[in-house]
Amino acid sequence: MSEDVVALSAAQAAERVRAGELSARELFEVYRDRSASDELGVYLWVAEEAPEVVSDAPLGGVPLAVKDLFCTKDVPSTSGSRILAGYTPPYTATAVENLVRAGAAMVGKTNMDEFAMGSSNENSAYGPVRNPWDTSRVPGGSSGGSAAAVAAGLAPWAIGTDTGGSIRQPAALCGIVGLKPTYGSVSRYGMIAFASSLDQCGPLTRDVTDAALLYRHMVGRDDCDSTSLQHPEEIRLPSSESLEGLRFGVPPALLGEGIEPGVREVFDATVARVEELGGLVEEVDLPSATHGLSAYYVIAPAEASANLARYDGVRYGLRSGNGDLTSMYEETRHDGFGAEVKRRIMIGTYALSSGYYDAYYGRAQRVRTKIAEDFREAFERVDLILTPTSPTVAFELGARTKDPLAMYMSDFLTVPMSLAGLPAISIPGGLSDGLPVGIQLAGPAFSENRIMEAAYALEQSIGFEGVPR
Amino acid sequence: MTDFEPVIGLEIHVQLKTRTKMFCGCELSFGAPPNTHTCPVCLGHPGTLPVTNAEAVHFGLMIAMALDCTVAPRSIFHRKNYFYPDLPKGYQISQYDIPLGREGRLGDVRIHRVHLEEDAAKLVHAGSSGRMHTAEASVVDFNRGGTPLVEIVSEPDIRTAHQAGDWLRLLRATLKRIGVSDVNMEEGSLRCDANISIRPAGDSNFGVKTELKNMNSFRFIERGIEAEVARQESILRDGGQVVQETLHFDPSTGAITSLRSKEEAHDYRYFPEPDLVPIAPTEAMLERAREALPELPAARAERFERDLGLTAGTAKLLAFRGELGDFFEDALGADGQVEPATLANWVTVELVPRLGDADPQESKVEPRALARLVELVSAKTISQSAGKTVLDVLAAEGGDPERIVQERSLAMAGGDELEGIVERALEANPKAVEELKGGKAKAIGAIVGFAMRETKGRADGGEVNRIVREKLGL
Ligand SMILES: [Zn+2]
Repeated sequence: MSEDVVALSAAQAAERVRAGELSARELFEVYRDRSASDELGVYLWVAEEAPEVVSDAPLGGVPLAVKDLFCTKDVPSTSGSRILAGYTPPYTATAVENLVRAGAAMVGKTNMDEFAMGSSNENSAYGPVRNPWDTSRVPGGSSGGSAAAVAAGLAPWAIGTDTGGSIRQPAALCGIVGLKPTYGSVSRYGMIAFASSLDQCGPLTRDVTDAALLYRHMVGRDDCDSTSLQHPEEIRLPSSESLEGLRFGVPPALLGEGIEPGVREVFDATVARVEELGGLVEEVDLPSATHGLSAYYVIAPAEASANLARYDGVRYGLRSGNGDLTSMYEETRHDGFGAEVKRRIMIGTYALSSGYYDAYYGRAQRVRTKIAEDFREAFERVDLILTPTSPTVAFELGARTKDPLAMYMSDFLTVPMSLAGLPAISIPGGLSDGLPVGIQLAGPAFSENRIMEAAYALEQSIGFEGVPR
Repeated sequence: MTDFEPVIGLEIHVQLKTRTKMFCGCELSFGAPPNTHTCPVCLGHPGTLPVTNAEAVHFGLMIAMALDCTVAPRSIFHRKNYFYPDLPKGYQISQYDIPLGREGRLGDVRIHRVHLEEDAAKLVHAGSSGRMHTAEASVVDFNRGGTPLVEIVSEPDIRTAHQAGDWLRLLRATLKRIGVSDVNMEEGSLRCDANISIRPAGDSNFGVKTELKNMNSFRFIERGIEAEVARQESILRDGGQVVQETLHFDPSTGAITSLRSKEEAHDYRYFPEPDLVPIAPTEAMLERAREALPELPAARAERFERDLGLTAGTAKLLAFRGELGDFFEDALGADGQVEPATLANWVTVELVPRLGDADPQESKVEPRALARLVELVSAKTISQSAGKTVLDVLAAEGGDPERIVQERSLAMAGGDELEGIVERALEANPKAVEELKGGKAKAIGAIVGFAMRETKGRADGGEVNRIVREKLGL
C-alpha cells in the first residue's frame, strides 16, 4: 500500500483524501516513516506526528517538506547555519501559514546551503545532501534538500526559495519541476533573508500540475510584506496539450560556451519538440543578460551583508566570546558562519563601502535595469523565453568547492530572470548520461499561468520518468 | 585681535507620538516594564520585514509642511549599517539622499532636511560608571527600539548660543502645537545635537566643525555651545587647529570631552532599503496633512502683536505656549469689551504664576471669568489689588468674579462711604493737611494711604485724591 501511495502525485493524493478514499493521517505516516529513513541528508527536522487537518481542505492534508529557511513557530529554523542552531522562531512564515491553512501538513524541514548561498548544498552547516539519481553527486542548491526530497519520494512536494536560481537549478539537477514566481507574488515574511530584492519562494514538485496547485495557495498580497503584490490572475491548473500560436524566444547570448554538450542536446531536442507542438521559435537578443552573473554577485552579497548583521549573539542563536562586546561579535560570527557566507559578507561589505559604492553597487544596479529592459523588449516579440536551466548536469560532490567562480557559473542561466524579477519554471527535459537535464521557461511578470500551460504541454509530450526506484 | 563668528547648525531628533512603532505594530510606551512592547519585527528576528507606519508618514508630512519644506514626491528609505547592541537588525532604517522634506524655513533659520527613521533601543549598564566598557553587565530594553523619529537638520544659520536656544524653543513650540510629539527633552522625545564651527568675522568660508551631542535641556544647549565656541576660539588664538570630532558636554563640570574618537571613521554603507517601497504621498495625503496644521506659533505671535497690540514679549509668551494662547483667545472671545493687551498681561503676569506649568484649560478659572475680572478692574469697579484677590479665589475655587466681589465686599469704596473715609483721614492727619495747604503736594500721600488702609485697598487712589483736593478747596 505505501508504495502505491508514494507513486501518487500530490494533486492526486489530495483528491483521494478529499474523496474519502485515502486517510490524510495514513498518508502522513507513510511519508513520515520514509523521511525517518532518509539516507540522502535531506531532512534537518522531521515532524513527530501528523498535524490536525480539515479533510476537505484543498490540499487535503498532503505532507509538505519546507526548506529550513522558512520560519516555523516553535520548530527549529536554521537556514542551514550553525549561527541559528537550536533557534525556534516565535512565528510562522506567511507562505507556510497560507499552505497550512489550505490543508498542507508540514512533514519536515529540509537541508539547504547556509543562508541559501550555494548551488550544490555543500555549504550547509549540517552536511551535504546527495542526489537521488547518483548519490556521489550534488542535488544542486540552495534548495537541494527540498529538490532531493521530492525526487526521492521522501516528500510529495516541497517549497524552497530562489534568489539567483535556488529553486530552478536543484529542480533541474534532481529531475523535478521548480517554479520561481514573479518577485512579490508570494510574501517574503518569515523567509530568512539572503538578498531581499531577489528572494522569492516557490514550489518544487514532481509535475507541473502539482506546482500550479501549490503555487495557487501560496500567492497573495501580505500586509506584513510591503513589496508583495496581489497576483492579477487566479492560478489555474494547466490542461493545454498544444503550444499552437505561442512564440518562444531562444537567446543565443546565453547559449554559448559553458553549456555541456549533453545539456545542449536535450535543449535542442526540446526546441524541436516545441515546434512539433505548434510553437514558433525565434532568436531573441538579451544583450545585457551575460552580465547578469557579475551584477548578481555584487547586489546579492551587498544585501546579504546587511541582512546577516542581525546575527550578533545578542538576542537569539549562537553566542560566543569572552563576555566583552567586540569579542562576542567577532567570535559569534567567526564560529557561526561558514566560509561561503563569510566570503559573501566581505564582498558585499566591500561593494557598499564609501568610495566603492558607485563602481560596484551602483553599476550593478544599472546593469540590472538594463537586463530588465532587455526582457521587456524581448517580451514584445515573444511570449516565453526558453533556455536550459543549468549549464551542466549534477556534478560530483566536492568538484567545485575549491573554485567559487565555477560554482557561481551554475546560476548563469537563471540569474537574469531573478534580477528582472520575472517568473520562470524548470521542468525535466530528458537525460544526459543518465542524469536529468532541466529546461527553463521564463515569461513576463505575473505570466505564471502562461508559463505553466506551456510547461504542462511540454511535460505531457516529453513523458519524463522520475528516479528509477 | 581677530573677532570670531560662530556658525551653528542644529540637528534635532523628535520622537513622534504615534500609536505604534515606525515599522511594526507594537504600541509606544514610556516607563513600561522592560521588553514588554516588542515583537519579532522590532527584535530583528530572522525573516521579519518592516512595514511603514502611515501615521508616522502623516506626522512627518505635517512637520515638513510646518517647516515650509518641499515635500519629495517619492522619498525612499536606506539602511544605515553599524553594529551596536541597541540596534537589533545591525542597521537602522533611515532616509538618506532623498528625504521626506528639504529646503524649508522656520523663523530666521533655514531647514536643510526633514526625514523619517526609527529609534534605537535603550542600553542599561550595570555598575557605577554607567558606561559600557567598564560595566559589569549591560542589558537592552527594546521597548524604545523602533519608535518613529523625525530628524530635522537646520542650515548653519545660527550665530549665537542664545539664538540657538531661542530658535529651538520656537521649533519645540511649533512641534507641540501641531501635536506630533511630546517634545520633552528630559524624557528624550526631543534631542538636540549642535554642529559648531567658528570663523573670522566677515569671512564667508566655514571653519572645521565639531558635533556636540545630546544635550538634554535648553540651558545645557546654550551653555554647551558657549563652551565649545570658547574652546575653539582659544585653540585658534593659540595657533592650533580644530579637529573634526564628536563631543560631549558635561553640564556639571562644564567640560567638553571627545566621544568615540577611535571609531569616528564610521562608514555606514548606506544603500536603499529593499524591504520597503518608496513614500509617494498622494494628493489626498498632502491635503490631509495640510488640513491638520493649526496656526503655527510664529504666525500667531505675529498676529497677536499686529492685530491685538500685544508687546512682542507677551505675544511670544502666549503663542509659544499654545495652551496659554488658547486660553487668552477664549477669554477674549467670551467678552468683547475687554482690552486685549490688559487681558494678555493678566494671563501672563497674574494667571501663569498661580497655575505654574498646568494647562489653564484644566484649571478652575474659566476664560470668561478672567475676562470679566479684567473688565471689573478696568472699569474701576474693583481695585487692582482686589482683582488679584478675586483671581486667588478663582484659581482655588472657581466661580463668578462679580459674585466673589459681592460676597467678600471687595467693590471699590465710593460715594458717601468714601467721602466719610476721606473726612476721617483729614482729621487723623492734621499735619499733612497743613503741609498740603502750604503747597507741599507730596503730603497728600499720608492722607491717601490712610484711606487705602481704611478700605483695605478698595479705594481708587485717583478718586481719593480728587475728594481730598475738593474738600480742602485746592
Ligand atoms: Zn514590534
